Amino acid sequence: MSQKPRRSFLAKLVVQGPYAWLVAFFLIPFLIVLKISLSQTAIAQPPYTPVLDVSAGWRGLAGFFAGLSLDNYAFLGSDPLYFLSYMKSLEIAAVSTLLLLAIGYPIAYAMTRTPQKMQAMLVLLVILPFWTSFLIRIYAWMNILQHDGPLNRLLLALDVVREPPVWLSTNTAVYIGIVYSYLPFMVLPLYATLEKLDESLLEAAADLGCPRWKRFWLITLPLSAPGVIAGSLLCFIPAVGEFVIPDLLGGSRTAMIGQTIWTEFFANKDWPTASAVAVVLVCLLVTPIVIFQYQTMRRAERD
Amino acid sequence: MQTVGSKEGFAKRDFAPWTDRTLRPLLRIEGVGKRFGAFTAVDRLSLDIYQGEFFALLGPSGCGKTTLLRMIAGFEQPNAGRILLDGVDLVAVPPHRRPVNMMFQSYALFPHLTVEGNVAFGLKQEGLPRSQIAERVAEMLKLVKLEEFGRRKPHELSGGQRQRVALARSLVKRPRVLLLDEPMAALDKKLRGETQFELMDLQRRLGLTFIIVTHDQSEAMMVADRIAVMDRGRLMQVAPPAEIYEQPNSRWVADFIGSVNLFEGRVGGDGTSVEGTALGRLRLAARVAAEPGAAVWVAVRPEKLRISPDQQPTPENAVAATLVDIAYLGDLSILRLRTDSGVTLQATLANTGQAALPGIGSGDRLLLSFPPEAAIVLTQ
Repeated sequence: MSQKPRRSFLAKLVVQGPYAWLVAFFLIPFLIVLKISLSQTAIAQPPYTPVLDVSAGWRGLAGFFAGLSLDNYAFLGSDPLYFLSYMKSLEIAAVSTLLLLAIGYPIAYAMTRTPQKMQAMLVLLVILPFWTSFLIRIYAWMNILQHDGPLNRLLLALDVVREPPVWLSTNTAVYIGIVYSYLPFMVLPLYATLEKLDESLLEAAADLGCPRWKRFWLITLPLSAPGVIAGSLLCFIPAVGEFVIPDLLGGSRTAMIGQTIWTEFFANKDWPTASAVAVVLVCLLVTPIVIFQYQTMRRAERD
Repeated sequence: MQTVGSKEGFAKRDFAPWTDRTLRPLLRIEGVGKRFGAFTAVDRLSLDIYQGEFFALLGPSGCGKTTLLRMIAGFEQPNAGRILLDGVDLVAVPPHRRPVNMMFQSYALFPHLTVEGNVAFGLKQEGLPRSQIAERVAEMLKLVKLEEFGRRKPHELSGGQRQRVALARSLVKRPRVLLLDEPMAALDKKLRGETQFELMDLQRRLGLTFIIVTHDQSEAMMVADRIAVMDRGRLMQVAPPAEIYEQPNSRWVADFIGSVNLFEGRVGGDGTSVEGTALGRLRLAARVAAEPGAAVWVAVRPEKLRISPDQQPTPENAVAATLVDIAYLGDLSILRLRTDSGVTLQATLANTGQAALPGIGSGDRLLLSFPPEAAIVLTQ
């Protein structure tokens, strides 16, 4: 008796639209990058071989596949530069994420404690920086952090330092840039989770003899774990591949993976190696996403 | 307005500590008031609750009963008055240091902890040794018949099971007073009835003092030794259920608890009758505590109205009426009648016979009467 309801064209479009989008703008580009990563450099246009020539028929196709190899991946393993660059990126992203948590959590928590009417205003303030171009804000930080910039003048005026410290081209500047830029992505998911926290759970804990600070550790923090995970992933993943902030605020010693890809692609014109670096990066980042997906699914099952 | 002691004979069991003037109450609420802005939630009320009592705070929503409970738990600060437990003022004591526990209407179970984790939570705060905690948790789960469910998370339980976890969690610390905020509100009717019996049984066996907040009068009447009927932040009457029902102290209480037929009149010259009511002169069983000529109300419960065919010679306290309609409820039927002078009355009939309805129908002429003892005289 169960007959599949016939879906109208529009309904199909709504359901399948997102998939079509992902295929067109994520899967196909990724497959192209994957293909290039298996190719060899060539002084040609495009700068790699083999190039798929459909007009050559089956023979051409066989020759095309024969021309692919994993040489570029072997090359990544042979040069420690790439390994160090990955490590540097992961380190900077991890430390930034911890800093973002340390700063974002109290902000999100304080937001939930303000009167209801003020909260919408505070959320607006958190996303307000997006009104200005990201690039302009990073340039502003370059200005703030430069040798005779406002920060050093303030520190000197307050007698905190004798000599103006060097900020630009250091890891510190990169951390400042990342933490500043990514803070909304940490605060908003945390706020969304904390805001939903049932106040009566805290009352129940108090009723059972739990003092205030312990209530935070035993109730608030564990129950805000989904927000912590979501916020951390939203910050960690793009931070690993961050290019603009380390390029503008960091020094030559802080070569993050985004800069390595840029160098291979534009300076060395080595598209295959750049692609291989990018594919490895995607694989590295898929791991935390899979963990997150697993967590979300488990929670969905629970409800 | 407030009945301090109450007459013996109405207590449910052989237990009426409130009649013993030498006994010190366990919990004494002294002139406690609470305002939220311009709204007065609790209006400087005083109340004594005794060790071992099952006490109910009953009233319509917004009457202040939950606010009073939350002040005892420590979640709200009173604007005035004292809350004395064993003679010690609790008002300045934070909730986590009060020897009272609360069972929440929403249960407020910790979703990230197992059933055992929830029940053990309070004991862990006391810093008891692990073996002792495990022992008491197991004992508690046995008491609420949840031994098999210790490792489950709250979301894996049914509503009734969650309610028992909440009960176990609030009892495990052996509180001096257990506060229950609408504990059965989320249960279906059948389960609620069973749970009410279990709750009474548990309270008697443990010998603890329970204060329950409820808007359900049958629940309050069923479980409680004494009921405090509240309205707009004030106590209307504090007495055992039977006294509240049989001897309400005001029209408001008589009307709030159960159904009632009210007749306004004036005290007769002899002091044992009320004159000028819609039913004429009504004779009473005892002398009225009011001057002759004073305005009073006579209340008669629907089940105390006798119904008989109209032909009978008219006895006293009787009126002829036409049956308007009958609501059949299974165990009983509710009859709505109208007298010739246009007064609407309500009567109930127990359906003791085999027939679904007694042999009467709308439009029938019936004679309603009640014995003088059934009349409740109210002066306010």
